[in-house]
Amino acid sequence: MLNRNLKYVVIAIAVLSAPVAMAADDAGQIKVVNGPVTIERAGQSLPAVTGARIQQADTLRTGAGGSVGVTMLDNTLVSAGPNSVLVIERYAFNSTTHQGQFDAGLRRGTLSMVSGKLAKQSPDAVRVITPTTVLGARGTEFHVQVTD
Amino acid sequence: MRLNELGSVLVIVVLALTAYFVSQQPPAPVAAPQPKTLVVLVPDASGKVGAVSVKSTQGETVISSAYASATATGAAAPVVGSSSAAQVQQTFADTLKARPQPPVSYTLNFLEGSDEYTTESRQTVETVLRELAKRPAAEIAVIGHTDRVGAVEYNDKLSLQRAERVRADFLKRGVSERSISVAGRGEREPLVATADEVAEARNRRVEINIR
Repeated sequence: MLNRNLKYVVIAIAVLSAPVAMAADDAGQIKVVNGPVTIERAGQSLPAVTGARIQQADTLRTGAGGSVGVTMLDNTLVSAGPNSVLVIERYAFNSTTHQGQFDAGLRRGTLSMVSGKLAKQSPDAVRVITPTTVLGARGTEFHVQVTD
Repeated sequence: MRLNELGSVLVIVVLALTAYFVSQQPPAPVAAPQPKTLVVLVPDASGKVGAVSVKSTQGETVISSAYASATATGAAAPVVGSSSAAQVQQTFADTLKARPQPPVSYTLNFLEGSDEYTTESRQTVETVLRELAKRPAAEIAVIGHTDRVGAVEYNDKLSLQRAERVRADFLKRGVSERSISVAGRGEREPLVATADEVAEARNRRVEINIR
């Protein structure tokens, strides 16, 4: 009986702590949206609106005439132009030490980046990964285009 | 040598020659198209130019001057080239238009031992509110600080009280509660280093970071 109660307690804790775990995945916030843009998260397509939170593992997809701008927690600014696929492959930022890692996967399209606190702290903390290259962002501002 | 023996030798020679020439042929080219990556380094808003390392399976390079570019396909080492402001504008116009506004910071100063603004800081509050109005989905971090007069615990409370005062004023002026976060750092992060118990106006402040 005690065991059984314990099991429920464990389940309850797991359920209650789930939203907290999700908040920990917070990586940034959408500040600019033009035209068709969607966020893909865990197989679901969510509307990309100004103010929407972005998490690690999200994919941002822009259509023809679409573009999106995101401010990450470390103040890195990322934007993607039309017909782009941008994957937040990895995002971790410690606001006290400024250590962490940001891997942005640009599958196709265009990306602009202005580096923030992560790139200042260590040279390979911010990377843009394309189908053919790995770019190490050592600051401060650059643009990337991936064409087929 | 009999005629059919001669025939066998000829067949063997022909086969050997064919094998030789086939082995000399270059391998058939792989038809799959290679996606191409172009990266262009540009000066930032302050004119500063950083660096980007570009690594493919075939090699690595670093670009570090204004409008330097690198092009890479999977098949060869990255090729360094140069671009221009006009080319960047042409290729990345939509991407640039979608870029979020850069984060900004303001400092409000306070009268000694209180959460009352200095005259100058009352003006700054108006500037901050105007800036907030320009930013959709603004996130505002309000961080209170004190000078080193008084006990650490007292200053922790006072710094938070200053930050809360700023939040209350912003809420009154229509800023959304959800967008503001508040923290008090007490006397731990002085702007100007002083000995303990020294009154220093510049350390009695609230930082406002907007992004």
